[in-house]
Amino acid sequence: MILILAFGFWALAWGLNVAAANGPMRRSRAVRVMVPVLFGATLLVMWEAICRAGLVEPVVLPAPSAIAAKIAASPEILWADFVQTVLKGALSGFLIGTGAAMVVAVICDRVPFLRAGLLPVGNFVAALPIIGLAPILVTWFGFGWQSKAAVVVAMVFFPMLVNVVAGLASAERMQRDLMATWGASYGQSLWKLRLPAAMPFVFNGLKIAASLALIGAIVAEYFGSPVFGMGFRISTAAGVMNLELVWAEIAVAALAGSAFYGLIALIEAGVTFWHPSQRN
Amino acid sequence: MTRALPVLSVILGILAIWYLATVWMNAPWAYDQAAREGRSLGFGALVSDTMAQARPVLPPPHQVAAKLWEGLTAQAVTSKKSLVYHGYVTFRGTMWGFALGIVLGVGLAMAIVRFRVMDLSLMPWAIISQTVPIVAIAPMILAMSNKLGIEGREVPKAVIAAYLSFFPVLVSMVKGLRAPDQMQLDLLKTWGATEAQTFFRLRLPASMPYFFASLKVSVAAALVGTIVGELPTGAVEGLGARMLIGSQFGEPLITWAALFASAILAGLLIVAVGTVERLANSRMGVRA
Repeated sequence: MILILAFGFWALAWGLNVAAANGPMRRSRAVRVMVPVLFGATLLVMWEAICRAGLVEPVVLPAPSAIAAKIAASPEILWADFVQTVLKGALSGFLIGTGAAMVVAVICDRVPFLRAGLLPVGNFVAALPIIGLAPILVTWFGFGWQSKAAVVVAMVFFPMLVNVVAGLASAERMQRDLMATWGASYGQSLWKLRLPAAMPFVFNGLKIAASLALIGAIVAEYFGSPVFGMGFRISTAAGVMNLELVWAEIAVAALAGSAFYGLIALIEAGVTFWHPSQRN
Repeated sequence: MTRALPVLSVILGILAIWYLATVWMNAPWAYDQAAREGRSLGFGALVSDTMAQARPVLPPPHQVAAKLWEGLTAQAVTSKKSLVYHGYVTFRGTMWGFALGIVLGVGLAMAIVRFRVMDLSLMPWAIISQTVPIVAIAPMILAMSNKLGIEGREVPKAVIAAYLSFFPVLVSMVKGLRAPDQMQLDLLKTWGATEAQTFFRLRLPASMPYFFASLKVSVAAALVGTIVGELPTGAVEGLGARMLIGSQFGEPLITWAALFASAILAGLLIVAVGTVERLANSRMGVRA
């Protein structure tokens, strides 16, 4: 019965989405928001129905309602884990790592020799599984949030560096020549032309770094942590098959990750309003 | 040569900093030992001591290189001690995840380009899926596949690797399949081409440069996913498991050797994919 209802909902939502996507309102903002939301809701409904109908056991996959109940029942645990992992570990590492990368990128930009040397190395290191440094850094910096921040710094530094260096080179010849004819100093030209021109690249790097930061902070906790933190909670709760709690943490992590990403995208829209990709 | 010089000097600089850091970070232990034995430690003795500790805080590069060489060559490649063996396990997982990611990415991209409703409903979720820290799900996927009766870790590892590697392929393929301009599409229409013909004769060939460009990113992501799948989950095989074992048994050299082995694997994979890309591009007449 539940399954039939769910399939009914699915068919209805699907029909509505197809109609909306191909109808006269297809370019409107409402449709652009409604279609993905409806799609996500359908997935949730199907998930719930499959669980309620007993097609999968709750120990394999808990229902969304059970996960929601778990979230509502344990806000203190989730909040403490969130503070430890996201605010202390990921965010501080993110700020230090991207900040350091910005500084080094500006230095690289000033010293062409350094750029020619560091950029290939950075490109290569950015593709490496830096995450493997996590066990080493945890033994160096201890179980606290500092070691998590260190892992995050190591992970975000090179991707960010490569992006910012590319960005600083993106101002056009003509624009640079114009600055030169105005007699702009190096600092003026950097501050007024090259840094603003680099912003789309900077934000691209920040977006990559944002998702890497959460990954780094959580994985580092698998190698040792105090008795709270999202990575710690996930690995211990998965060990005793307390899957509602695992999914609750995943939901928080997903929400934090998306919010972090969304915030950066929002700032980007404000800062790089002049860029073609931001125009409608 | 003019291009190699800066790279070489940066690498030399990194090595120099590494050696200095080795002395600095290993010094407390060396002083400790010397004080316990009641002898004083001159600077020369200190440096040579920090270069050759059994369990250094930071092993010097040559120690890591020696351990790596030992792991690669000192035993038969099938031995459980051999980094070649563990590298192969990781490589296999990476390839499964990579293949799965390509199939998933290309399939979704085809659906997204063909159906507008798929574009609107799937694309935002694909982006959100990448902001979710996959490692949060890694232990979960393992627990679930255990419950479902899937033996071993091949499947969960491949799932995690595929989750990370499908996204670059998806984004590039959507761009690539949409690369033909209106004029070309119109031309095919005037020839009375069916939809399938348009796809196979125009859209698919046009997307190939985008496809191969995304593969490098994708294979690196698949390797990271595989290692993450091996790291936190008590795996016994694979480079990720070696890193974990090194950290758990207080053998930093094992961790470092595994780390560099995975860096070598990453380099080989990227070079291999790059070669395939060049071959495919030159066969399809793309100018480099």
